[in-house]
Amino acid sequence: MNPNLRPSGSAYFLTTDTTKIERHTLSVLVDNEPGILARIAGLFSARGFNIDSLTVSETEHEKGLSRVTVVTVASPKTLTQIKLQLERLVPVHRVHDLTDEGKPLERELALVKVAGTGDNRVETLRLAEAFRAQVVDASIESFVFEITGRPNKIEQFIALMIPLGLVEVVRTGLAAISRGPEGM
Amino acid sequence: MAEQITGAEMVIRALLDQGVKHVFGYPGGAVLPIYDTLFQQEELEHILVRHEQGATHMAEGYARSTGKVGVVLVTSGPGATNAITGLTDALLDSIPMVCLTGQVPTPLIGSDAFQECDTVGITRNCTKHNYLVKRIEDLPRVLHEAFYIASSGRPGPVVVDIPKDVQFALGDYFKPQTHTDHKSYRPQTEGDLEAISEAVDLMLKAKKPVFYTGGGVINAGPDASEGLRELAELTGFPVTSTLMGLGAFPASSPQWLGMLGMHGTYEANLAMHDCDLMINIGARFDDRITGRVDAFSPNSTKIHVDIDPSSINKNVVIDLPIIGDCTHVLDEMIRLWRTRTNEPRTEAIQPWLDEIESWRKVGCLGYKNSDSVIKPQYAIERLADAVKDRDVYITTEVGQHQMWAAQYFPFEKPNRFMTSGGLGTMGYGLPAAVGVQVAHRDAVVIDIAGEASVQMTMQEFSTAVQFRLPIKVFILNNEYMGMVRQWQELLHGNRYSQSYSESLPDFVKLAEALGGKGIRCEDPAKLDDAIAEMLAFEGPVLFDCRVEKLENCLPMIPSGKAHNEMILPDTADIGNIIDEKGKSLV
Ligand SMILES: Cc1ncc(C[n+]2csc(CCOP(=O)(O)OP(=O)(O)O)c2C)c(N)n1
Ligand SMILES: [Mg+2]
Repeated sequence: MNPNLRPSGSAYFLTTDTTKIERHTLSVLVDNEPGILARIAGLFSARGFNIDSLTVSETEHEKGLSRVTVVTVASPKTLTQIKLQLERLVPVHRVHDLTDEGKPLERELALVKVAGTGDNRVETLRLAEAFRAQVVDASIESFVFEITGRPNKIEQFIALMIPLGLVEVVRTGLAAISRGPEGM
Repeated sequence: MAEQITGAEMVIRALLDQGVKHVFGYPGGAVLPIYDTLFQQEELEHILVRHEQGATHMAEGYARSTGKVGVVLVTSGPGATNAITGLTDALLDSIPMVCLTGQVPTPLIGSDAFQECDTVGITRNCTKHNYLVKRIEDLPRVLHEAFYIASSGRPGPVVVDIPKDVQFALGDYFKPQTHTDHKSYRPQTEGDLEAISEAVDLMLKAKKPVFYTGGGVINAGPDASEGLRELAELTGFPVTSTLMGLGAFPASSPQWLGMLGMHGTYEANLAMHDCDLMINIGARFDDRITGRVDAFSPNSTKIHVDIDPSSINKNVVIDLPIIGDCTHVLDEMIRLWRTRTNEPRTEAIQPWLDEIESWRKVGCLGYKNSDSVIKPQYAIERLADAVKDRDVYITTEVGQHQMWAAQYFPFEKPNRFMTSGGLGTMGYGLPAAVGVQVAHRDAVVIDIAGEASVQMTMQEFSTAVQFRLPIKVFILNNEYMGMVRQWQELLHGNRYSQSYSESLPDFVKLAEALGGKGIRCEDPAKLDDAIAEMLAFEGPVLFDCRVEKLENCLPMIPSGKAHNEMILPDTADIGNIIDEKGKSLV
């Protein structure tokens, strides 16, 4: 054996992907069969892809079809892999990268509980109105608001509620659809 | 509709309607109804294994040597979990397999019932697809669909989990239908003609072309191998292949470069590194093939033919992707080539062929033979010589012996070499040989084994005895987990941590205890006679071939290195073609 050769200490050759990462919203049309969510989530974890948000609900009941919206952060190369790997799943009909296809419409709903009295209460209501958040529950010392909009609008609203007595928040995750007349 | 039948009866009917003749399995509580139905019929032969992992590898060997779907039947809980290794192995090597698992009755699912495990949950990531059948009405469709999905597109394992109450339930059975109308699953088999024609243009212009072929050519069926042979002849281009693709192109052809990759030949790897056109047919740029990706074939235009779109650009950037079945794409390439020229381009690429010839002259597979001890390479050469006129199938375990088999055994036909490539599963070879022999009763089926690997599924020798399957287990016994030891020599300062095969069984006595024949040989002069004795014996044989203990498997691309940075054996003649600077590299 050639003695002057010094192999690296690993069985694998590792490179780091230095391309810029992007946030993309994917829309996945699937058969609504048991385990489909686990299949998709399992694929992301098994291959080390990121999930920022994932929502799923049946959208065409007669055909048993569901629409899954996934927000992921990845390099362009990984984004292609994510799309192709999703398409390999047997119950997956189609995958669309909405971000690639133009600025998609993106909405999220949040329920925001805020507790407080006196001036804070007034200020809370004033801000809620500005953000078009609806009061869906009220007590003498608390409100629950329902707010819909783009995620950053919701972020903003939540940030403003913190000093005013934010108790807790639940969010639905993103629903997204492409603009224009065409469907998936 | 005709009279209703039980779920268990549907399973057997569906298997027969799918053309299945053999099932590899092991009974248990949750599959008793199916075993009861099996008992009452004679068309389907059940091969009783000794461990469910054995059943999966047998099904793989069966599938890979026939092109048909391999079928496994196991019980719930431990039966299913024991099958995981083989399912994962089949997934990584794209082997068509249907694995039927019993499950606890539907009302008990989720209650931690006796021998319950979440089979679909556990196997979701190690199958191409899986099903839990909760309603008898779904059973016939799912069974047929499982075969379609396992065998079409990029093949793979499919699990069908059947609760015991569904096996007892009555329902209507129907025969397989055409699945071209599957709701969501539609593999693309026909390559884009424009892309294929562009590929042919590139092939007509290339100065340094090479075919890099893989398991996809084997999976696509014998017509794809025929196509590859024809296209190679028409073009005059050299051919190399991955481990999984060996046999698709004949080793006896002058255009054959040998296997490529980590333990591939010098000529194959340098051809890959220096080519200007790489035509990948059914291979997936695995890391054992590419070495350092950033130094992989830096100056070539890359064409990639693959049935799985996700293989394109996964590891290596591709210039011209062609999604489709190898058979179809090769046929179109041949047709288009013929419309352009009738001459192979041998003359046009002569300088390239000369260069390859100079690499070949290095003799990278040379080794120092010995009179006193059997060299493992020599053992494989003698074995190959002894069976050269026979109908022979080779399986292997995992380790040095596997690579030596790939390097020194010349494969002439597809479906003749069964090995665990992607997962590298020790213990694959012996049960795989059993599976091959079930499909090819009169052929010579040899597992080229290592003494460590073979002990992982040794008990299946007993299956071979029971079913009169005369497999030959040819153990290259170096008393080491040789491949581990070699890496420890290379990377860990010769500290052979836990890689010595301590307390080995007496393989000759073991074979006899299991009801077969044992042969031991440690003298190179007696090797030919011993091999002849093995081949002449009509039952299963364990051959303990004592070989050089510290032999290394070379050539080798050390991990993290490029194709032109190989370690060659001391016998290689690199003096003539490599300058001083180059010598420090090889
Ligand atoms: C199930 C499993 N466990 C561990 C390994 C890691 N491994 C790869 S090769 C090898 C040694 C194989 O030894 P042997 O069968 O004697 O073959 P040799 O290399 O000596 O020819 C080991 C432990 C593996 N591939 N598979
Ligand atoms: Mg060994």
